[in-house]
Amino acid sequence: MVSITTRDASVDFPIFDAKSRSLKKTVLGVVGGNISSDTKVPIIEALRDINVDLQHGARVGLVGHNGAGKSTLLRLLAGIYEPTRGTAVVEGRVAPVFDLGVGMDPEISGYENIMIRGLFLGMTRKQMEKRVDDIADFTELGDFLSMPLRTYSTGMRVRLALGVVTSIDPEILLLDEGIGAVDAAFLEKARDRLSDLVDRAGLLVFASHSDEFLMRLCTSAIWMEHGRIRQQGPLKDVLRAYKGPEAYPDEGHGAA
Amino acid sequence: MTPVSRGVDGVVRHTGACGPPVDDAGSVEPVSAATTPVESPWRRALADLADGWRQRELWGHLGWQDIRQRYRRSLLGPIWITISMAVTAVALGILYAGLFGNPLAEQLPYILVGFIVWGFIAGCINEGSEVFIANEGLIKHLPSPISVHVYRLVWRQILFFAHNLIVYAVMLIVFPQPLTWMSLAAIPGFLLLMLNGLWIALLAGIVSTRFRDLTPITQSIVQLMFFMTPIVWIYEDFLNSPNPAIAERARWAELNPFLHFLEIVRAPMLGADQNLRHWVVVLAITVVGWVLALTVMRRYRARVAYWV
Repeated sequence: MVSITTRDASVDFPIFDAKSRSLKKTVLGVVGGNISSDTKVPIIEALRDINVDLQHGARVGLVGHNGAGKSTLLRLLAGIYEPTRGTAVVEGRVAPVFDLGVGMDPEISGYENIMIRGLFLGMTRKQMEKRVDDIADFTELGDFLSMPLRTYSTGMRVRLALGVVTSIDPEILLLDEGIGAVDAAFLEKARDRLSDLVDRAGLLVFASHSDEFLMRLCTSAIWMEHGRIRQQGPLKDVLRAYKGPEAYPDEGHGAA
Repeated sequence: MTPVSRGVDGVVRHTGACGPPVDDAGSVEPVSAATTPVESPWRRALADLADGWRQRELWGHLGWQDIRQRYRRSLLGPIWITISMAVTAVALGILYAGLFGNPLAEQLPYILVGFIVWGFIAGCINEGSEVFIANEGLIKHLPSPISVHVYRLVWRQILFFAHNLIVYAVMLIVFPQPLTWMSLAAIPGFLLLMLNGLWIALLAGIVSTRFRDLTPITQSIVQLMFFMTPIVWIYEDFLNSPNPAIAERARWAELNPFLHFLEIVRAPMLGADQNLRHWVVVLAITVVGWVLALTVMRRYRARVAYWV
C-alpha cells in the first residue's frame, strides 16, 4: 500500500560554519568548560510540526514562497531527511525529480546516463534496457544520445531526465519545480506524459509556482509558510487563500 | 549563508547544543523509518547495509564508471593503473635494492606486492574519509542507503587491485616465487581486507562528514603509516639485523596494525612463511572495527544527509 504519513515531523539543520565544523572548537569548548556564544551551533528550523497523511491516489500540489520549505518537505517525504523530531513513514517506491543534474555524469553518453539514472531509481539493468528505446523516442534526442552529456543544452538534459522518470512506474512521484527549461512543444508532450504518469503513479507531490501545471496535475494542495503547513485542502481553496480570492473569479463569483 | 540569517529558510533559533556530536544529534534522535515503521536503530543500521547490498547493480556499475571516468579519452584507458604501478614498483625496487644492498629478485617483488596491498588499504581509508562529502549531491537528491556509497568505494578499490594484479602476474614470470597451496591464504586474507575497508570507510566517512578536519588528518596519518609499515623496507631483514638497536626498533612495528593487514596478504602472495598472529590481530580488529562502525552508524546514519 502506497502512503506517506508524518506526525509532528520537524527538520532542523545544524549550521556549522567553517570554524565550528572542526574538532578544535569542540575540544576547546569542552575542555574550557564554558559555552560561549561562538561555540553554539545555530539551528535552522526548516520544517516544523508537519502532519500529512497521503494515501494512494493523492495528487498534491505544494505552494509557498521561496524558502518556505517546499523542497525540504519533498526531501522529507522522499525519506532523504529523517525528521529530527516526530515521525515520517514512507511506504512505496519513491521517484524524486528534484535536481535534474544530480546523478548525471557530463562525461558519459546520454544512453549511459539513462541507465545510471534508472538504476538510481531502483530499476534493474534489464528493465532499463527494455525502456531505452522508448526513452529515446520520447526525448527526440536521436544521435545525441551517444554523445557525452556535456554537449547537451539544459533543455536536452531536462528531456533526458523526464524521459527516464516517466518511463518507469514509480509508486510515489515527487516533482520539484524547475522543469520549465524545455521548449513549448516538448512541454506539451511532457505534460501529457506527466499526467499519464501521474495517473499511473500511486501518489504525487508536486512543488510548483505554475498555477496551470498545478491545476492540471493536482487535486489538493499544501501551502507552506516559514517551514510550517499554513493550509492544506482542495487545490482551489488553497490557491485562493494563497493568492487571494481574485485569483479564481470563475467559481462562485460573477463577472466584475 | 550566514548562520543566523532569519526568515529565508523558516525560523532560525540558537540552541545551547555545541561541539560533541552527542549534543548535536542526541536530543533529536530521529524516530522515523524510511521504509518500515518503528524499528530499533540497530535494525535500521543493519537494514541500511542490507538494502545497500541489494543495490549492487547500481554501485557495481558506478564503481566501473569511476574507473573508466578517470581514464576517459586516454588511449590506453584503465591500463594506465597497471602501467603506473609497474613503473613505480620497478623504479623503487631498483632504488631500494641498491640502497639496502639486497638482490633485486628479493627487493622488487616485496615492494611490488607491498604497494599493491597498501594501495587498497590506503584507498579505502583516504577515500573513505570523504565518501559522503564527495557524494553530497546524490545523498541530498536521491533516497538511498548510505552504505551504497561505501560499497561503491570499496568495489572501486577492488577493481584497482585487480588491475594491479596483472603486474603481479608478470612479476611471477620474471621473478618466480615459491608459491604453494598455502599461498591461497591470500584469498581469505584479501576478503578480510575488504571487510575492514567497509567498516573503516563507513566510520571515517560519517565522522569526517561532521568534523571536516578529520579528512586531512586521516590522510596525513595514512601517509605517515606508509613509511612506518614495512613496504619498501623488508621487515625480516631489520628484525634479524646484527645491530641490536635496529632489531629492537623493528620489533615496534608489531604495534602497527597495518603490518598485520599487509602480512596476511603479502606473505602468501610471495610464498613466504605465514604467521598465525597476524591473522589473530586482523580478526580482532575486524570485529572491534565493525562494532565501532555499527555503533556510530546506529546513532548518526540519519544525520549524514543533514551534515553533508
